[in-house]
Amino acid sequence: MSLLRRASLPILCLGAAHIASTFAGFVAPYDYGTQDRALPLAPPSRIHFFDQQGRFHSHPFIYQRIEQPGQFLVYQELTDRAYPVRFFAGRSLGETDSSACWHLFSVDAPANISLMGTDSYGRDVFSRLVFASRISLFTGFLATCLSLLGGTVLGALAGFYGGWMDAIIMRLAELFLALPWLYLLFAVRAFLPLHISPAEAFLLVIAVIGIVGWAKPARLVRGVVLSARERRYVLACRSFGASDLYLIRRHILPQTWSVLLTQAALLIPQYILGEVTLSFLGLGIGEPVPSWGSMLASLQQYHILVSAWWMLFPGLVLIPICMSYSRLSEVLQERFAS
Amino acid sequence: MTRTERAHRREPFWQGLLPPGLLALLMFLTFASATESGSQPEELLVTMGETGRYGGELVVSLRSEPKTLNPVTSIDSSSREVIAQLTADLIHIDRATQQVTPSLAVSWKVSPDARRYTLQLRRGIRFSDGAAFDADDVIFSFQAYLNEKSNSPQRDLLIVGGKPIQVKRNGPYSVTFELSQPYASAERLFDSVAILPRHSLENFLHDGRLAQAWTLNTPPDQIAGLGPFRVKQYLPGQRIVLERNPYYWKSDRLGNRLPYLSELTFAFVNNEDAEVLRFQAGETDVLNRIGAENYAVLQQQRDPDLQLKDLGSSLEYNFLLFNLNAQIPSQAKDLQRKQTWFQDVRFRQAISAAIDRNAMVHIIYRGRATPLYTHVTPANRLWLNSDLPRPSRALDRARDLLRSAGFSWRANRSLVDHNSVPVEFSILTSASSSQRTQMATMIQQDLSEVGIRVQVVPLEFNAVLDRVLTSHDYEAAIMGLGTGDVDPNAQMNVWLSSGDDHFWNLGNKQPATAWEAEIDKLMEAQVSAINPAQRKKLYDRVQAIEAEQLPIICLVSPNLLVGSRSRVGNFRPVVLDPHTLWNSSELFLAGEEREDKR
Repeated sequence: MSLLRRASLPILCLGAAHIASTFAGFVAPYDYGTQDRALPLAPPSRIHFFDQQGRFHSHPFIYQRIEQPGQFLVYQELTDRAYPVRFFAGRSLGETDSSACWHLFSVDAPANISLMGTDSYGRDVFSRLVFASRISLFTGFLATCLSLLGGTVLGALAGFYGGWMDAIIMRLAELFLALPWLYLLFAVRAFLPLHISPAEAFLLVIAVIGIVGWAKPARLVRGVVLSARERRYVLACRSFGASDLYLIRRHILPQTWSVLLTQAALLIPQYILGEVTLSFLGLGIGEPVPSWGSMLASLQQYHILVSAWWMLFPGLVLIPICMSYSRLSEVLQERFAS
Repeated sequence: MTRTERAHRREPFWQGLLPPGLLALLMFLTFASATESGSQPEELLVTMGETGRYGGELVVSLRSEPKTLNPVTSIDSSSREVIAQLTADLIHIDRATQQVTPSLAVSWKVSPDARRYTLQLRRGIRFSDGAAFDADDVIFSFQAYLNEKSNSPQRDLLIVGGKPIQVKRNGPYSVTFELSQPYASAERLFDSVAILPRHSLENFLHDGRLAQAWTLNTPPDQIAGLGPFRVKQYLPGQRIVLERNPYYWKSDRLGNRLPYLSELTFAFVNNEDAEVLRFQAGETDVLNRIGAENYAVLQQQRDPDLQLKDLGSSLEYNFLLFNLNAQIPSQAKDLQRKQTWFQDVRFRQAISAAIDRNAMVHIIYRGRATPLYTHVTPANRLWLNSDLPRPSRALDRARDLLRSAGFSWRANRSLVDHNSVPVEFSILTSASSSQRTQMATMIQQDLSEVGIRVQVVPLEFNAVLDRVLTSHDYEAAIMGLGTGDVDPNAQMNVWLSSGDDHFWNLGNKQPATAWEAEIDKLMEAQVSAINPAQRKKLYDRVQAIEAEQLPIICLVSPNLLVGSRSRVGNFRPVVLDPHTLWNSSELFLAGEEREDKR
């Protein structure tokens, strides 16, 4: 019970993140590709409760912002009209995403609500952040599934049969572990064609990250299988004539669940960071589809680093996500150790 | 392409960076003053800038290391920028007035048929190693550039009408140049053709080893030139230090021999952000050219020690081009199909009409740029055809053009051609240029509004060049070009259908279309037309055809933004290369202690 309580915060945090990314079209007020060219690099919108006369309004509102005449990227609020923030309002969407037409919150045009400011094309950073979580979170998740699958199969084969198969698979695993994986990812990505659609790029990144990472889970699974196959009940079962496949499926693989779950909680954040790194360096999914890494890439420019602090938000979001996963893996480890 | 990016390209010799010239709004007068050395009185050129102080070291950043110090073989802009400080030319293009002005030649006469130029040389002056300069050095220099073994990029440009320019010696201080056919403003050819010291390079030319002479490892005392500075020290990976040339042939109004600076150091800083950081930290004194965003960052600091200047439109033009090459890789079936769209002028016009250039100016350059409709930027006041229309974005016009070219729209508003194939293409950009990548991303959004899907492919700069110039394996690309001279002759390589830089359709023996044939004819006519008004008319027509046919879709020309520390005196940047160091001999550091003067 206490374990569950300790895991509740990370689970809540991760759950919220995944739900938000699943319903990105609803949570985000704008489409990820919509450029508002009148508002490049605008700081986060100010949400008001008090109007110019100092009166309190229970319903929050914002003012439209325009660039100060003659000055670039300096914005002023037009206080003559207040635009109330609408919750659960229906609203026509940008052309690229027609799946959702309800929004958690929005304001009427021409005002623009950008909780985390806008990027250099005037795209809403918050909306892009939410849409980007689809890419970044699910790359981590799917790549982990892929490498655990590969790791389990190869680890189980190596551990169960031993001998030359064990030797080959484990030497191969050591080779993969010794490789500097970041540079390997670069090399692999560089060989792939340039003209690929965002969906293909997404699958490629998953495949690349997932395949490179099979070695670590394989070694762990092999260890577990190695000890499990010598258990008395396994030997007994074998003496009754059970086939290899039956033994592995029925008696040996269930032993590896705890290791795999803990491993998953460790690998997912690592792979999320892997995708962020690739996209940050321009090897991930191309514009205009956002990922946290490609959003952070604009910070490579000195002027954005010094003058647009809100572009750091994708990096900040990574912190609770990675911490939650690492907490989760700790809790899982304790749970299975006891 | 920015300066750094152009470094790897073969460019006409007048492009790139040129030696320092005379001052803009000044008058020139020469006077003879008998000096202690030599029998000939020394003819110094008097400049009219503010009188400065001697001494001090000026540090300038350079985007990449120079590859050589040899004026004959240098191609990359970094080498040329350094060499420009070490050497001088016969007739110079005044960077401020954009007109020709005397340099090592005191005066010149043109024969009535515009084929013979007789130059009177400056008397009594010396190379930086103390050796005297005379007509033999001029003859030797042109032999060196024209020698096939020296592999000089200048060689092609000193061949006019299929024959090399002939140089004859009339006396120790007079030479005659003969051209095989009239060549408009041939004086401009002499700009940046550095005059070489015969005494130190003759053996190299004789042995056919001229291309190997004057490398970065050559001891500094073996390199001599007529420029304001000479080499003192080279530290690989860090900097090259030049020191004052005590024999330089210019003086200020009071008769003080220039240059004022004791040392000029080029520090190697490989990207713009690092350059700005070093400038802010006080490690460098001059910023030769920066982007609008970094300019804004510096401006926000309101540091009184920095002077920042926006010189308005530059000569750089950025453009979108479609692959119209006849020779394309055979495996590119897709490209063949797409070329039928690209070749339709209505398609190109529709793309041009759908692009929001004003938004690019606003968002990418924060207003510090100019929308472009042809390759001639407003900075080129002499040659711009100002009668051409400057249409703003018109989506309706774009749709009309597409409809008339046989395109239609599906229910989901995506554009399809007459075979119902969706219209989509990729745009290559150089990943190192954030501005051009941003342009591509904005075009992606602009064109999505007429139903065209665009993929942006940022690649390493040399990979882009290789695809555009060599393999022709691309659909569209965004590139930029800067020219070193305002004269239309500097654009011959781009506009002649046989030119090396005729990007959209390279390697042609014959012009591919009627309008390209007309441009060929106009460009060749303007080269041999002597009357400037006539040339202007011909070049205006070239611009009109360009605006109509859009072989390249010009986008924007960024403003030229430079900066220096406030204590740098006589700092008068210009739009022509080299923007800040063109008057390096007159630059001085205010507040420095006066050192011994010569």
